[in-house]
Amino acid sequence: MRMRYFTKRNRAILREMVSSDFKVRYQGSALGYLWSLLRPLLMFSVLYVVFVYIFKLNRGVAHYPAYLLLGIVLWNFFFETTTLGMTSVVDRGDLIRKISIPRYLVVVSSSAAALINLSLNLLVVLFFALINGVTPQMSWLWMIPLLIELFFLSSTVAFFLAALFVKFRDARYVWEVILQAGFYGTPILYSLSLVSKELYQNLLLMNPVAQIMQDARYNVVTKTTVTGWSNMSFRFAVLPIVAVVIVGILSIFYFKKQSKYFAENI
Amino acid sequence: MDQDTAILVSDLRKEFVLPQHKHTSFKQVFVNLGKRNKKTKQRALSGVSFEVKKGDFFGVVGRNGSGKSTLLKILAGVYSPTVGSVSVNGSLTPFIELGVGFNPELSGRDNVFLNGALLGFNRKEMSVMYQDIVEFAELEKFMDQKLKNYSSGMQVRLAFSISIRAKSDILLLDEVLAVGDAAFQQKCYSHFEELKRQKKTVVFVSHDMNAVRRFCNKAIYIDGGKLTHSGVPSEIADVYVEDNMESSRQNEATQEGPELSKKHKLTVKLSAQTNDTVTLHFSYKSEEKDKMYIGISVIREGISIAEINTSSGKPLKRSGRATYSLDVSPLNAGVYSIGAGLFRSKNGELLSVTKNKAQFIVKGSDPIRGAALKLADTWKYE
Repeated sequence: MRMRYFTKRNRAILREMVSSDFKVRYQGSALGYLWSLLRPLLMFSVLYVVFVYIFKLNRGVAHYPAYLLLGIVLWNFFFETTTLGMTSVVDRGDLIRKISIPRYLVVVSSSAAALINLSLNLLVVLFFALINGVTPQMSWLWMIPLLIELFFLSSTVAFFLAALFVKFRDARYVWEVILQAGFYGTPILYSLSLVSKELYQNLLLMNPVAQIMQDARYNVVTKTTVTGWSNMSFRFAVLPIVAVVIVGILSIFYFKKQSKYFAENI
Repeated sequence: MDQDTAILVSDLRKEFVLPQHKHTSFKQVFVNLGKRNKKTKQRALSGVSFEVKKGDFFGVVGRNGSGKSTLLKILAGVYSPTVGSVSVNGSLTPFIELGVGFNPELSGRDNVFLNGALLGFNRKEMSVMYQDIVEFAELEKFMDQKLKNYSSGMQVRLAFSISIRAKSDILLLDEVLAVGDAAFQQKCYSHFEELKRQKKTVVFVSHDMNAVRRFCNKAIYIDGGKLTHSGVPSEIADVYVEDNMESSRQNEATQEGPELSKKHKLTVKLSAQTNDTVTLHFSYKSEEKDKMYIGISVIREGISIAEINTSSGKPLKRSGRATYSLDVSPLNAGVYSIGAGLFRSKNGELLSVTKNKAQFIVKGSDPIRGAALKLADTWKYE
C-alpha cells in the first residue's frame, strides 16, 4: 500500500487542529494572541534580572543573557513538545475512537503548536541578543539544521511517549522526573566551563539536547562556549546525533505498531 | 476484487482483550509481574463475510450489543480486525456518527471548518460551501456563538448539514435517525432519496425497520457477533422484529402489570397465526354478579389503532373462555400487540386488564406503506 502523508485532507486537518487549539487557549483573555509573545518577554525579563544581577552566573561568558535565554527557549521547546505530545492521543480520544484519521496527525499537531511558540520565543531572544550587543553573522544559518535536529528529536520522543501513555497512564509522572533531572543535567542555567573535569563535560554533551544547545550558542552567541566538536574527536562528538536518529526510528516504529490499537485501548 | 465491488469483508473476527486488572500504571505491572495475567477475550465479531456492491444501500441490522457498531468501526478503519480482511474500493466517509470532533468551546463557524477538514475540505473549499451549510442547518443567527450554547438539536442539524457535503464514494451511517425531530428526520429521508438517485454506496445501520425497508436494497442481520441472515431488507426486518419480540415476551412474563382487583382475572394468549388470520384465546374469571364484556385494543408502536368490544354480543358471566379471530389483511407489515380489558356491562367500568399483551407480526414486503392500515380505496382518473 502506498503511504501518503501530506494529502490535502491531512494538511487541512492539521491546520484546523492547530488553529483551534490556539483559539481555545487564548479564549476569554483580553490580550488574546498577544500573550504568546508577551509571556516569554515577561518571563525572560524576570530571568534576566535574577541571573544577571542577583546570582551573577555570567562570569566568564560573553553575552550571558542571550546565552541563557537561547538555552531556555530550546529546552522549553523540548519540554513542551514532549509533554503536550505525550497526552495528545489520549486527549483527542473522542476523535480517535470515532473517526479514522491518521493517528500521527494528533501528535504532529501538538508539535506544530510548540514549534509556533518556539519561533515566537526565538524572536524575543533575537530582541534580547541585539540589545545585548550580539552581532548578526553568517554562522546563524547553522540554526536551521540544529532546529531540524531538535524538532525531530522532540517530536519522535513525543511519538514514543504518546503511544506509551495510552497503555500506561503514569508514564506522565515518570517523564516529569526525567525532565527535571534533564533540566539540571543539561547546561541551561550554568555554563559548561564551570564543570571542572573535561570528562564530565563530555559526558554531559552526550545528551542530544545539550549538544544542540551548545552548538546553537556557539554559532549564534559566542565562540568561546564549549561544544562537543571542540572537546572530542569527531567520532565521539557525532554520537548524540547518531542517538537522535536511532531514538527517532525506534520511536516511530513503536508508535506505528501501537497506533492500530489506540481506538480500543484509550 | 471485482470492479463493481465496493466493500469486501471476508472471515472477519474481532476480539477485545479485557484484562482482569487493567494495567494502566507501572506499579500494577510490577506487582503483577510474577502472576499470570488473566485476560478475558471478548469476541465482538466472528466469521463475518459479506460483499457490498457499488450502488447498494446496504442495511446492517441487529439488536443492541450485537456487534454492528464494531463492524462499522472496522469498515471505517477505526479498529483493525483481529483476523480476516476488509477491502474497500473507493474513498470512504470517515464519519460514522454525527458531530464527531465538535469542540464545544469554539464557535459554530470554527466548528464548521474543523469538521469540514475531517471530511477532507480545506479552508478555501469550505468558504465556498459555508453559506449553503449554514442555510441548510437554519442557524444563520447563531454561527458566532460557542457550540456549547447550542441545543442538541441545533448541533445535530449543523453536523448533518456538514456531513452531507462529503464527496466520498462510500458512506457509513450509524443511527443518524435516532436524533432529531420529525422535520429533521424528513430532511434525512430526502437526503437518502437523493443518495439513492445518485447511486451512492451506503452502509446503513439502524433500528428503524421502516427506514431499512424503505431505502435498503440488501441487508444483513447480526446476532451475537455472527452474521446470521442476509438477503432482502423486508425479510431481515422481520427477523429483527421477531427477535425483539421474543425477548420482550420473556421480559413481560416476569413483569407485573397494573392490577385493578384480585377479584377479576383476564388472560390472553396467541393461539394461532396464518397469513391472514390471528387467533387469540381469552380466559376470564370474576366474582362479579353483573354481566360483563371484553374490550380489545390493537396496538402498533404504542398507539392503539383499533378498538373492538363485545358489549353488543353475548354478555359474559363469572368465568369462561373465548376465542377471537382477527383478519389481518388490512394491516401493513409491522409488529402489533393486543391488549384486553374486562368491563361491567351496566356502566362500562373497567374491572380487569390483561397483564401481558399478545404480540404478532404481520409480514410484508411492500416498502412504501409505512403506516398501520391498508385502506380499500379506488382511484378514478379523468
